[in-house]
Amino acid sequence: MSGTFVGMPVHPAFPEAAREAVHDPTLRGNLRHATHTIRAKRAKAVAEVSDWAELREAGRRIKDHTLRHLDRYLEQLEESVTRAGGTVHWAADAAEANRIVTGLVKATGESEVVKVKSMATQEIGLNEALEAAGIRAYETDLAELIVQLGKDRPSHILVPAIHRNRGEIRDIFRAEMGAWGRPAPEGLTDTPAELAEAARLHLREKFLRAKVGVSGANFMVAETGTLVVVESEGNGRMCLTLPETLISVVGIEKVVPTWRDLEVFLQTLPRSSTAERMNPYTSMWTGTTDSETADGPRAFHLVLLDNGRTDALADQVGRQALRCIRCSACLNVCPVYERAGGHAYGSVYPGPIGAILSPQLRGTASEIDASLPYASSLCGACYDVCPVAIDIPEVLVHLRERVAEGGPAVRAGNRVLLKPAKGHAAERAAMRAARWALARPGALRTGQRFASRTRRLHPRTLPGPGRAWSGTRDLPPVPAEPFRDWWQRTRGAGDDKGGAK
Amino acid sequence: MSSRERVLGRVRRALADVVPDERPYEEAVGRDYLRVHGRRSTEETVELLAENLADYRAIVHRAAAEDVRMLIMRLLARRGSQEMLVPPGLPPDWLAAADPVWIHDRAAGTPQRLDRVGSVVTGCAVAIAETGTIVLDGSPDQGRRRITLIPDHHICVVRVPDQVVSSVPEALERLDPARPLTWISGPSATSDIELDRVEGVHGPRTLEVILLG
Ligand code: SF4
Repeated sequence: MSGTFVGMPVHPAFPEAAREAVHDPTLRGNLRHATHTIRAKRAKAVAEVSDWAELREAGRRIKDHTLRHLDRYLEQLEESVTRAGGTVHWAADAAEANRIVTGLVKATGESEVVKVKSMATQEIGLNEALEAAGIRAYETDLAELIVQLGKDRPSHILVPAIHRNRGEIRDIFRAEMGAWGRPAPEGLTDTPAELAEAARLHLREKFLRAKVGVSGANFMVAETGTLVVVESEGNGRMCLTLPETLISVVGIEKVVPTWRDLEVFLQTLPRSSTAERMNPYTSMWTGTTDSETADGPRAFHLVLLDNGRTDALADQVGRQALRCIRCSACLNVCPVYERAGGHAYGSVYPGPIGAILSPQLRGTASEIDASLPYASSLCGACYDVCPVAIDIPEVLVHLRERVAEGGPAVRAGNRVLLKPAKGHAAERAAMRAARWALARPGALRTGQRFASRTRRLHPRTLPGPGRAWSGTRDLPPVPAEPFRDWWQRTRGAGDDKGGAK
Repeated sequence: MSSRERVLGRVRRALADVVPDERPYEEAVGRDYLRVHGRRSTEETVELLAENLADYRAIVHRAAAEDVRMLIMRLLARRGSQEMLVPPGLPPDWLAAADPVWIHDRAAGTPQRLDRVGSVVTGCAVAIAETGTIVLDGSPDQGRRRITLIPDHHICVVRVPDQVVSSVPEALERLDPARPLTWISGPSATSDIELDRVEGVHGPRTLEVILLG
């Protein structure tokens, strides 16, 4: 396989994958309930801090500045981590990262590892690589455990098993736990408390004997060499504390310059993500501690992962996607995600952020990647909630242009000239996405609103391969205001609830 | 070429558009956000800490110096813990000589052994009022990270008002990044099953905080 692996390689384009999801009533029910609950809670948590706009701006600037001087901060980080007793490894792609981690685990003589939930290790397919080398990787986050036992794929950044309801989870636990270790208790019911208890007992066995832990990190501080993991359950603390060897695989974009920068993200991340003032547990460690006061792993390895990130960095519009702190707020407000579900995006990064990140990390050569920039109604809700102010609609439009028109890009570090999508692939993707949206009034409504706001930018003929099509047709002008908005406005404010879904 | 050079080389080529004399970090990152949200007296800050701790389902107690020992005894008795884990530098006047068996955390203690202990008592490094967070930094009165992780019941003593700050920025200022740090806001919790919050998956299911002073 060529190109960058970002998980889940074999895929139909987004509209096909979404169609299936849209017709699954259980999935839609689960998703709707989950995204709406968390959306309302988040708004409340954000309203609690009066300086949200300033925190968001500071977050944006810290990340932007870091990205614009990434080489310098990576070198500084490497030095700090090494000084604190850690070992730094560099991985240009997924295969190399997997090779490094596999080698490190083998060197300990162990054949199993416990894992903290981590997007980076999912992205590179680490569990599969370890398995191929005869090493069993145990996911220890409750949702990841559900996904792993169910031989399933995660569908949300924060709550990977969001597509499963309690009954399904009980069935998975009953059927599968035994094969992985301690079986589910007799007579397990589907109450969340009992399910959580079953997971606790099942996993504790693994934590207490684990010799090697594998994690990602939410932040890495260049100045001090500190790594930060933010979580709720305590499984992260277990994996970061009990094993003798800790291996952290972290994307190069996760670095921040100074210790003080954490004050911004530790305020914005929990509120954006789980809608809490603070998540239950945050662990910070700097290298290893000396043997006298030994606390935590005696050996610490940091694997710095590129895997397409430098290609995204080379794109002056798209590079802002690397500011992402993976809070998942954009998923929860996205009308398309809500209906299509996370699997339709064909990578470990679903939702609006996935629609701009995956095609940048992997390129737009495959059909799924070429269709992802169209997997959006451009309503702008994702931009509004993003705690680091990534202008997702802007990047989407930019990537659509790239799919349709081709142009210069960087792949695996080399400058390449992309051809316009073959035949009428781009048009097909666009039209399929349009048809798909037209069948969904909610997604369309928000999309129209964005189209109205940007109507001056709309071409009268389609660029690139679309030109042939629009050469014989006039594109209808975009109205100044969507009908629904006009209706709600002219009907007065009192009745505006009626329009919402 | 090593992968280190390859990745750094790619980064540098990707950033060819960045002009070399760009504004330095201090100028590029404005800090217009607040250091503290709202104005509060010291008592009000402690009050807010208590409120936010309770909001995240920690159980909050208050005690004067002479009562803390009795309070700890009561909490342990109520819990029915036969053994109690303590870090090496816990102030001796917090512990009574009698009743439960004190287990001192030693480097030799295996996780399996710790798993049989019911409760743990520690101090803390700093507590954050606005978020309801206690932070442990591995000092002698707090011990290693594992001791507050494995037992199911954690009693944490916070000296008020000395150890209480208002906000996250104030807390970071006081902490030493070289130490292993654990920030705790309420007991372990998960919302992974239909977003229903369940307390305690892996960490302690009960967190009791004693505001001392
Ligand atoms: S793009 Fe923004 S809102 Fe979406 S996950 Fe990343 S940081 Fe959160």
